[in-house]
Amino acid sequence: MVAPSLKLQDLIEEIRGAKTQAQEREVIQKECAHIRASFRDGDPVHRHRQLAKLLYVHMLGYPAHFGQMECLKLIASSRFTDKRVGYLGAMLLLDERHDAHLLITNSIKNDLSQGIQPVQGLALCTLSTMGSAEMCRDLAPEVEKLLLQPSPYVRKKAILTAVHMIRKVPELSSVFLPPCVHLLHERHHGILLGTITLITELCERSPAALRHFRKVVPQLVQILRTLVTTGYSTEHSISGVSDPFLQVQILRLLRILGRNHEESSETMNDLLAQVATNTDTSRNAGNAVLFETVLTIMDIRSAAGLRVLAVNILGRFLLNSDRNIRYVALTSLLRLVQSDHSAVQRHRPTVVDCLQETDASLSRRALELSLALVNSSNVRAMMQELQAFLESCPPDLRADCASGILLAAERFAPTKRWHIDTILHVLTTAGTHVRDDAVANLTQLIGGAQELHAYSVRRLYNALAEDISQQPLVQVAAWCIGEYGDLLLEGNCEEIEPLQVDEEEVLALLEKVLQSHMSLPATRGYALTALMKLSTRLQGDNNRIRQVVSIYRSCLDVELQQRAVEYDTLFRKYDHMRAAILEKMPLVERDGPQADEEAKESKAAAQLSEAAPAPTEPQASQLLDLLDLLDGASGDAQHPPPLDPSPGGALVYLLDLPCAPPPPAPIPDLKVFEREGVQLNLSFIRPPENPALLLITATATNSSEGDVTDFICQAAVPKSLQLQLQAPSGNTVPARGGLPITQLFRILNPNKAPLRLKLRLTYNHFHQSVQEIFEVNNLPVESWQ
Amino acid sequence: SEDTQQQIIRETFHLVSKRDENVCNFLEGGLLIGGSDNKLIYRHYATLYFVFCVDSSESELGILDLIQVFVETLDKCFENVCELDLIFHVDKVHNILAEMVMGGMVLETNMNEIVTQIDAQNKLEKSETFIFQSPRQDR
Repeated sequence: MVAPSLKLQDLIEEIRGAKTQAQEREVIQKECAHIRASFRDGDPVHRHRQLAKLLYVHMLGYPAHFGQMECLKLIASSRFTDKRVGYLGAMLLLDERHDAHLLITNSIKNDLSQGIQPVQGLALCTLSTMGSAEMCRDLAPEVEKLLLQPSPYVRKKAILTAVHMIRKVPELSSVFLPPCVHLLHERHHGILLGTITLITELCERSPAALRHFRKVVPQLVQILRTLVTTGYSTEHSISGVSDPFLQVQILRLLRILGRNHEESSETMNDLLAQVATNTDTSRNAGNAVLFETVLTIMDIRSAAGLRVLAVNILGRFLLNSDRNIRYVALTSLLRLVQSDHSAVQRHRPTVVDCLQETDASLSRRALELSLALVNSSNVRAMMQELQAFLESCPPDLRADCASGILLAAERFAPTKRWHIDTILHVLTTAGTHVRDDAVANLTQLIGGAQELHAYSVRRLYNALAEDISQQPLVQVAAWCIGEYGDLLLEGNCEEIEPLQVDEEEVLALLEKVLQSHMSLPATRGYALTALMKLSTRLQGDNNRIRQVVSIYRSCLDVELQQRAVEYDTLFRKYDHMRAAILEKMPLVERDGPQADEEAKESKAAAQLSEAAPAPTEPQASQLLDLLDLLDGASGDAQHPPPLDPSPGGALVYLLDLPCAPPPPAPIPDLKVFEREGVQLNLSFIRPPENPALLLITATATNSSEGDVTDFICQAAVPKSLQLQLQAPSGNTVPARGGLPITQLFRILNPNKAPLRLKLRLTYNHFHQSVQEIFEVNNLPVESWQ
Repeated sequence: SEDTQQQIIRETFHLVSKRDENVCNFLEGGLLIGGSDNKLIYRHYATLYFVFCVDSSESELGILDLIQVFVETLDKCFENVCELDLIFHVDKVHNILAEMVMGGMVLETNMNEIVTQIDAQNKLEKSETFIFQSPRQDR
């Protein structure tokens, strides 16, 4: 005999009685087994109880999918009790992803049309919660009918269901648009609320609907006015304000309708002024209405006086003691900062004070707003505040604050030196939180400010000497010391106190960075390269440097090892080239892929020239371009679109990580000669590290029946170019596609003169001696440009 | 899925219980609740937290009022509602909530209306159980 099933309350008590997780699981599993058995047996009387228990268990997080079909059965039953639980189950357990959900469409249809209000209510509720697109399409006619029913209870639910349907199936807008105007005449607040929501949804989706509904603006104004001026009514009032929810919704809709539309805005002006001045702000409900009013005033084409009023109200709220009010005020100001920048600027001091809040939500908002308020006139003051904030702010805001400061600094830096100082400060305070391209940006910035090289390298040296743990700072400092080490040792710089720095100290510091376990592999790479560069900058002998370099030849890190080996070889075999290779870098342009290819590690000395920093003009225009990028983003200065990775940065990284630079687009091969089955093809390579160099591989193939022997190929180029022929792979090409001969030509073309090539071929073929002299036509332009 | 749901619940509770008494009632959401457009708005009543997750189309202060109305409605329906009521009558709480918020939108905020409806529905249920079951009328 089956034990009578537990009531829901009893089950809950049992579960709460369980002392441990394991016990709870046991109880639940036992009960679920019972429930499953009961479902299998198909007991109709207790089914609703079983499902109720299952839903409770589901709430606790246990699987309940086997109840899905039971929901269907319960919905189909004629008892209200069953339906209630069944629909609840459908809302909780079913959704679009399960195929079973379509099965309730029919039940819903029946329930919608059979006239018992609570049942209709249930059906509508379920439909609006989990109705999929197909369901909505099927049931749209029923819902439409219900919109016109006399009972307000059903109507208001039908209206909101219509909103959901439109979201799922936008084409249904045309079905639900006509009744709206009529519905606005209703007095029932629930219906009005739903209707306003529906109209809002329609307007947001289609400009045609927007135009259509502009004509109801007077009516909306009237409704709102009635609400505001009616005396205290117990029906809908919340702390003395009549139906603030409805007021807020109407204000929102008015905002959408009045945006960019003079006429509608004018109609609303008086009313908005009235609401703004008459609302009681001692309680939260009044404030809610007031805020919506302010937002609406700012968004439509309102009178100037009204706008001033609105911003002042916001300013007042910023000083309110209630934190919620301040939060909403900050949020609203953030929305306004784009359109009414000067008005918001007036409140800057208050906003900056809010940075000191202990409340994390508030300080985050204050940070966003402060960053948005930085402009060229207040940048110095603001930066001071923001930097002070950076030092004390909670860790999750650090990254945003740091990148915000860096971005603002870039946009508004009054002088280069200030800019460098700011970045330096950020790196020392919050170095680990800055974005990856900060290092690249800073090196590029320093590189471009020739007059500040000495200053920068000194400051960086001092900072590095104090603390080698902040990786971005260490990387920049290492780079600078490497580049401008000579300036560091010179000893005088007007801008900061003279400091005698010893060569040995500099080398010791770099070695310390190399050996520190806090240094990332990339940082080590920077340090090693810096040491190497110093070998040409410093006066002393290079024994110490050579020692360090040779130690790292056996380093476990592959990158470092490769670097060290290369540098070591540089010392040993190519010492004569060392000075040229390690010269100061030229300033790299901030955009353009061709800049990528000008890395320093190359063998062709002709390319290297004395560093000539480009004038700051192009830099300014680059910054302007970036400004366009930034202006396009929303006023949320914290999340700018990522800056183009500056090739300066890519360049700096190229120096550390010997990854292959991106291969240039391949130049097509050229067939230059064919005679009786003997073909000569030229293929072109322009190595990216050396744009003056052109490597041509000449391939001779033979598809004829006779061998080609004594094959000699000679080439000539114009005087402005240099040609080097390497030995061919052989001088015989066997018949019928035998192994071809290849020969490499190296052409140096530093002046990018147009390439001309004359070839002279001599060979024996079919027992005849062949000699051909010809100029190669159709040389691809990419081979010399 | 159930696991994700439980995770969201855990995280939310963790975030909300950490909050001090005198900070604002708004929390920005993380990835779990669908990104930075969504907010958690909560109110603390004795040992209970009522947390609503809303998107940017809701008025923050309005939701605070909504939570208050919800709690007052619960109070009316349960007669001096306490925590145990909510635990043992989960389905009733669902029903009341369904009368206020439907499909993610605010449906009705007039307490009297809501209570009237709930009473009517409960009566309907009672009339059925009376017919079908043995004299023990509880569920």
